[in-house]
Amino acid sequence: MAFGRYKNSEAARGLTLVSPPFFYAITLLAAPLAAVIMFSFWTQDFLTLDRTPTLENYRTIMTEPLYGTLLLRSLYIASAVMAVTVALAFPIAYFVSFHVPAHRKSLWLFLITIPFWTSYLIRVFLWKVILGYNGVLNSSLLGTGLIGEPLTFILYNPNAVVLTLAHAFAPFAILPIFVSLEKIDRSLLEAARDLGESRAQTFFSITLPLAMPGILAAMVIVLIPTIGDYVTPRLVGGPNGLMIANLIQTLFLKLNNAPLGAALAIVAMISVATWCITFIVIAKILMWLTNKARGLT
Amino acid sequence: MTLRIYAIAYMIFLYAPVLLLPVFAFNDSPVIAFPLKGFTWGWFNDLAGIGALHDAVKNSLWIACMSAIIATGLGICAARAATRFEFPAKRGIMGLIMIPLVLPEIIVAVSLLVVLVQILNLPLSNWTIIAAHVLICMPFSIAILNGAFSNLDNSLEEAALDLGESRFAAFRLVTLPLVMPGIISSLLISFTISLDEFIIAFFLSGSEPTMPVYIWGLLRFPQRLPAVMALGTILVILSIVLLVIAEYFRRRGLKRAGLKDTGGFL
Repeated sequence: MAFGRYKNSEAARGLTLVSPPFFYAITLLAAPLAAVIMFSFWTQDFLTLDRTPTLENYRTIMTEPLYGTLLLRSLYIASAVMAVTVALAFPIAYFVSFHVPAHRKSLWLFLITIPFWTSYLIRVFLWKVILGYNGVLNSSLLGTGLIGEPLTFILYNPNAVVLTLAHAFAPFAILPIFVSLEKIDRSLLEAARDLGESRAQTFFSITLPLAMPGILAAMVIVLIPTIGDYVTPRLVGGPNGLMIANLIQTLFLKLNNAPLGAALAIVAMISVATWCITFIVIAKILMWLTNKARGLT
Repeated sequence: MTLRIYAIAYMIFLYAPVLLLPVFAFNDSPVIAFPLKGFTWGWFNDLAGIGALHDAVKNSLWIACMSAIIATGLGICAARAATRFEFPAKRGIMGLIMIPLVLPEIIVAVSLLVVLVQILNLPLSNWTIIAAHVLICMPFSIAILNGAFSNLDNSLEEAALDLGESRFAAFRLVTLPLVMPGIISSLLISFTISLDEFIIAFFLSGSEPTMPVYIWGLLRFPQRLPAVMALGTILVILSIVLLVIAEYFRRRGLKRAGLKDTGGFL
């Protein structure tokens, strides 16, 4: 009887229903991630796997400069991508939210997301075509006489990676910012204007602080996946633009050193998570300080 | 006004690569560069001659279909549970299911490779890719279906129950038709994601490559590039068609659920 009542309860029906996707995520996501952690403490000795737990892989990553260099570069590139993507995305999200008539908004968002869904590989490859020495950009700039010789700083270096990834992750930044801007009560803005604030003052005292959650979400959503990007650094990054994912791939598929690759993947995830938490905390403190300063004046 | 100019410039930036594709696909020159040489259909004919590509496309279509169906099936369970019921640890459970949305794909690829090859010693096949693609499609499917399931009037289903239908029949006869547009939209989006996914397939494909993995190989051969442009053009047109249909159904679903459209798939 008690069981029968439990079986029909809200909680039980919800849990039963959610259990297939939940168990799917446990077996194919949580368990494999746990396996990667376990694996990172083992070592590879040519063809045999040594299962004695050791910190050897982590020691290698700490001591050999190659890993540190790539890790720092990946964090640097991912942070630059985050900054550029969010900075470029904010005005467009603002435009769609404040200047596009309501019935046109979803059309604009749809147009923004379309390029994101179309063949990722070929899209990245086309940036190589656009930015190359004889590329679209150089030949048109030469044609108009704006430059005397082709620009070389735009391909096969970290700049190219930043630009290409800023293109690839645009919707990831625009949508969260758009959602937070849409939530802003428009009468607040009118009130501020009525009380004599200028357009710019209203923007900085109301719009920007209220959009902050969306901006932070956009930063995190762009930062975390970009650190693991493989295709873009490989195609447009050149030798000095390679990132951590390229090294992970080499360790797993070429050098057959899965344990070291696993350790590197974990170090990369921990670094990016730490960096994320750091800048969120900094942003929160800054917001708190500005609020306080405003309250005092 | 400046903002409008910026918006237009930004859209040009977003569409630049997609618009260049057909330009080079029809350009009668083996080099992908300006100036253009003239019009040709030749590169499309080339595509017809690459047998290995056809196998890769067939593989990818099969993987994308299976991934879409399984991901949407699981997505229906999760979205329905999340919108209709309160249960313990709801946030944690839903959080775990949604994680692949932000997790770098290489992490998913590496972790499954470790488990399947190093620990379970299973052979890699199309099914290993499908298993991984379901994982990354599921969050998108849930995001779309949440829109379709939320605001659904519970009293409709209760009425069916009162009239003597079983719980499953009430769901099938009342709720399912109402959320059908959302389901179709979710199927199409999952299909598009799986068809385009590269890095996981790169790590997990066995002897038969998927289409993106095959394209990746082609990119190393300069003489193949115009054919890749032609293939890209076909893919872009195909995905735009699929997305327009998906968007149509998503909006219809929102309308049926009585929701105001907030726009966007993500």
